[in-house]
Amino acid sequence: MGSLGWLGRDVITVLDFTREDLEVLFTEALNMEKYAKSRLNILNGKVLALAFFEPSTRTRLSFETAMLRLGGSVIGFSGVEATSMAKGENLADTIRMLDAYADAIVIRHSIEGAAKFAAEIAASPVINAGDGSQNHPTQAMLDLYTIWREFGTIDGLSIGILGDLRYARVVNSLIQALSYYRVRLHLISPEPLKPRRELIEFMNSRGMVYDWTDDPYRVINDVDVLYVVRIQRERFPDPMEYERVRGTYKVDLKLIEKAKPQMVILHPLPRVDEIDFAVDNTHHAKYFKQASLGVPLRMALLKLVLGGES
Amino acid sequence: MSNKKELIISKIRDGIVIDHIPAGRALLVLRILGITGREGFRVALVMNVESHKLGVKDIVKVEGRELTRDELNLVALVAPTATVNIIRNYDVVSKFKVVVPDVIEGLIKCKNPRCITNQQREPVKSRFRVVSREPLKLVCDYCGTIHELSDIERSLGIA
Ligand SMILES: [Zn+2]
Repeated sequence: MGSLGWLGRDVITVLDFTREDLEVLFTEALNMEKYAKSRLNILNGKVLALAFFEPSTRTRLSFETAMLRLGGSVIGFSGVEATSMAKGENLADTIRMLDAYADAIVIRHSIEGAAKFAAEIAASPVINAGDGSQNHPTQAMLDLYTIWREFGTIDGLSIGILGDLRYARVVNSLIQALSYYRVRLHLISPEPLKPRRELIEFMNSRGMVYDWTDDPYRVINDVDVLYVVRIQRERFPDPMEYERVRGTYKVDLKLIEKAKPQMVILHPLPRVDEIDFAVDNTHHAKYFKQASLGVPLRMALLKLVLGGES
Repeated sequence: MSNKKELIISKIRDGIVIDHIPAGRALLVLRILGITGREGFRVALVMNVESHKLGVKDIVKVEGRELTRDELNLVALVAPTATVNIIRNYDVVSKFKVVVPDVIEGLIKCKNPRCITNQQREPVKSRFRVVSREPLKLVCDYCGTIHELSDIERSLGIA
């Protein structure tokens, strides 16, 4: 599939875009880093609607900041307002309303496929800020951008993904994005949180090189990037099992002692206790950097989708 | 065409004959078409008859009802070898082999309860993409969940 570019496009999954598209985005994001603390006026008069049916302060604020930095304005709802809204009218009607008001819609929803459905209804571009446990494309774009920026390349890297590989939506989108590159994947999780069948079949269909282990110590010395996601207690049928394994998946100084010197640790944040605070002070910790790049990355995305001239 | 088969077809005045159904799947085909027998129109069902092509086959005849293209495509999901004869005034006016379509809309329910297509208040129809025909594998276009023949049968209340 050839590149359709970004202008006016819906952003529902990473797979809607090509590797070439992603690299256009990264280059633009690099440019936007210069303006992430100032104000451009390239989206003057444009309105972005933020429809957060499920809370996600971090993602919402980074979209909001990005739009304001570009000179545009933001409308929308989240939290209690979103809950009462969802009781009153259906998603389709809410999207029709926002479509009438805004130039683009960012949606976060707990139901799988909600963003795609919204995109079918709205004439304006719809950007998926997370739906169900499947897709969170702008997070994956940010993850890849961070890696690209750290290493100057993504091809040839060895990437460990540690934590809940079954329910964490960022994992699905991250692996989709990585499928455009020649990487080696080490998947690390407790047995009950292994990747689901859909993801395994996806990796096979793309000819991706991957293995799985339940022991981070077995692969830590091979990874260039260690991507950590949270393991939630609720995912374990037996709480005793959770207590037994949680220590194994904690990223601490003992684990990273065995890592390559240039290895970087990423995390979509917020974290609970899956990365020891002591790790924050090591040069491996790049998750705060990663989070700070969320604004320029989303500035680039909004500029490309909404067609701002700089 | 054998005399036997002509005999079966010629009994219908207006309707359809679905031939070359894999043996034992005739009931499944009826269920897929939503035919319970209580609708009032005449239905005939022949199971395990000899077939040149298949060895043994089933045949379904429905009088007084034509099938839409979508319904026929759904038959292909469980009876990929089926052929359809449309009969008007005792004549076969068209005959074709059903094919599993690339996209199936509104006919099967997604098995993922968290899928947008299972939300009662939303005006959305299910949509599946066929990723493999043999063995049959469909993917929900909204949530990405993989569905196999057994899931389709379950969705139709058969399994
Ligand atoms: Zn679905």
